[in-house]
Amino acid sequence: MNFALDLFSIAAIAAGAFFFFAGSVGLLRFPDSLTRLHALSKADNLGLGLVVLGLLPRVGSLLDALKLLAIWALVLLSGAASAQLIGRALRRRGGDE
Amino acid sequence: MSVLQILDVGLALLVLAVAVWTIAAREIFGAVVAYVAYGLLLAIVWIRLFAPDVALTEAAIGSGVTGILLVTSGARLKSAGKASAAAKPGLSLHLSAAALSLLAATALAGVILALPEPSPTLAPEARQELAATGLGNPVTAVLIAWRSFDTMLEKIVLLLAVVGVWSVASDRFWGGAPAPLGRANPQGALLLLEQTLVPLGILVGVHIFWVGANAPGGAFQAGAILAAMWMIVMIARASEPPRVNSLWLRLALISGPAVFIVAGLAGIGMAGNFFAYPDGFAKPIILFIEAFMLLTIAATLPVLVAGPPRRSFGP
Amino acid sequence: MNDFLLFAAGFILLTVAAGLFRVLRGPGDADRMMAAQLLGTGGIASLLLIASATTVAGVEDVALGLALLAAFASVAFVNGVATDDEQPQEAGGK
Repeated sequence: MNFALDLFSIAAIAAGAFFFFAGSVGLLRFPDSLTRLHALSKADNLGLGLVVLGLLPRVGSLLDALKLLAIWALVLLSGAASAQLIGRALRRRGGDE
Repeated sequence: MSVLQILDVGLALLVLAVAVWTIAAREIFGAVVAYVAYGLLLAIVWIRLFAPDVALTEAAIGSGVTGILLVTSGARLKSAGKASAAAKPGLSLHLSAAALSLLAATALAGVILALPEPSPTLAPEARQELAATGLGNPVTAVLIAWRSFDTMLEKIVLLLAVVGVWSVASDRFWGGAPAPLGRANPQGALLLLEQTLVPLGILVGVHIFWVGANAPGGAFQAGAILAAMWMIVMIARASEPPRVNSLWLRLALISGPAVFIVAGLAGIGMAGNFFAYPDGFAKPIILFIEAFMLLTIAATLPVLVAGPPRRSFGP
Repeated sequence: MNDFLLFAAGFILLTVAAGLFRVLRGPGDADRMMAAQLLGTGGIASLLLIASATTVAGVEDVALGLALLAAFASVAFVNGVATDDEQPQEAGGK
């Protein structure tokens, strides 16, 4: 059982790390700001979400598990709002590269 | 080399690289972003040094107040800079600043390398005496019980900073309110944050204050979080920076140090010494003092960011 | 298992730090904000991973604070950039 849980953690965290990697590559390589914003939000939401999912079997108490989920929820909320704010700021300036 | 050691070395190199970039950046905004990133990396370093209290402070101050303070000053410098472009610092000023920084850095490095091994510590004594305070977090005990005078003076330094900011107000605006923090028509996303994130943030702030007695946390970190929440409300224009002569603002600003001093003086009568707490009552008194310090910090930081009064009539 | 967690933390930190290169290059301020945002989220992820591997108490609260203020940095940046071209009624404070 422990082995299976470890395997689950490894798979989820590795997938999360991949999304961070993809987000960074997108941020560096995508041609304009709006597509870069798109790459960023994937890394934000899925990357951290998968890492949190992978860490869930390892926490000591229910409260800690809830805190981890709360951290993810806060980042989802912040990420969505900042993406809007940054996107609007970009449009206001006429979408400079 | 283990994975952990490689991680530590990589982290240290990354912090250094971001620090160098912060100094070398030619563009104000880039430097500010790099500095905020630097603070975040430092929080991770503090976790690696097993100091979650400091990490929490760094996280709360670094990604909260520092960012907005620097961005706002940068924007104001830019709009003021067009007039004073002639007064650019010359090469000699650059060189002397670099020499002075180098000297300070070398002296610090020398001091750290010269520390005796193992370094002298009072940590075992602190841990031994912890039970007497009724607290579970030795950092809070050091701050509010054993070195309370220092902590009280730190809050007075914050007040002096407010006096400094207010003192640059022009006479005709004195008693008025600072300029609004945000733009005239806040966007929907900002309103969403103001309505959802701020209540959650207040909850987290109070939680971090409350657990500070027994776990990493405390009044300063919680105060910084609450300050950030108040600033979101002001940026979303749901409230305006208060007039500098408003009574409640001034009471909030001085409440922390004032309660601290009164509790300290009461210690003479109740426990026989200035800033001594009577046996068995240490924890409630400490939490009482901390609650008012929380208020002071949460009020002071946004007032510092809002700047001097610029309007003679309040909202 | 701990080594894997640390490795993942280092990997994430490294990739988002590479994203910081955007801070250097820009070209726009929005790109710099995005890099900072990515570093914030990646920093939270590595913080949680490192803490889980080295068992530091109270790290959840640090991450909670960071997550809470992740949006604040963007709000401050966008607001600050906005004051560039549109001063919110500066009443001449000479």
